Amino acid sequence: MFTKAFWLQLSSPKTFYPVAGKLIPWFWAITLILTFVGLYYAFVLAPGDYQMGDSYRIMAIHVPAAWMSMWLYIMMCIYAIIGMVWRTRLSDMMAGALAPTGAIFTFLALWTGALWGKPTWGTYWVWDARLTSELILLFLYFGFISLRAAIDDPQRAARASALLACVGVINVPIIYFSVKWWNTLHQPMTVDASGKATLPSEMLIAMLLMTLAFWAYSFAVSFMRVRNEIMEKEKNSAWVGDTLGGKK
Amino acid sequence: MPAFLDMGHYAPYVWGSYGVVAGLMIIEVILLMMKRKSLVKSISRLARLNSKS
Repeated sequence: MFTKAFWLQLSSPKTFYPVAGKLIPWFWAITLILTFVGLYYAFVLAPGDYQMGDSYRIMAIHVPAAWMSMWLYIMMCIYAIIGMVWRTRLSDMMAGALAPTGAIFTFLALWTGALWGKPTWGTYWVWDARLTSELILLFLYFGFISLRAAIDDPQRAARASALLACVGVINVPIIYFSVKWWNTLHQPMTVDASGKATLPSEMLIAMLLMTLAFWAYSFAVSFMRVRNEIMEKEKNSAWVGDTLGGKK
Repeated sequence: MPAFLDMGHYAPYVWGSYGVVAGLMIIEVILLMMKRKSLVKSISRLARLNSKS
């Protein structure tokens, strides 16, 4: 089933449009269920922290938002490279569809971090390595989005923005390892690569559930966005009219 | 319940975080749905014009 022909066919916007449409409700269902259970763990089951009190419950969305901000950037970069190498239009569209969601998660990681930093560090913001590199990630997303929008020729826009995404991806490991490489005010990794966690297991479960919820959410909204883009670009082709006639 | 909402005096920070996260995620979805609606509208108008001519 998963032959080269299958992937080639799926990478055509016309085939992908209805497939994405069928998947979107499933991703919404997963998002809602995981969010509900995740919040139950974060607010009901997890005990208060002996130092930070209830303020540490912010963690259950702060860490997932930060992880998603980096993960979506990597995915965006992979799609951009595929689009650049194989010239598949859908890959470029997917890269473009992931960028706004990635930017939102980056902003949310910074926002929730600021609101967590105030009661625990006494300040909303410091120019330490972790915070600064995350802010740079936000600007990289903005740069990618505006570069893509600024160039009229879609092929040139795709290539230029793909190049920017690839250069910027260097920032992702810098964010991730910043708390190891430099002496930062930001606390060390919550979950080490070795899987060793330094927090109550209920909060760890809450964090993982919320991460999966945000992931499913990212699929749902980026598929919605890519469907909009496909529809806009192909509005003059017959299949769009036929699909809309059948309300699929 | 009031104790829960108070979040050990951290209410503005905790609810300020959760509120903005939920708000932005919901706004993103609403914007995408509005965009789709306007696209469907303009495309079906285009289709009607084409079928007349």
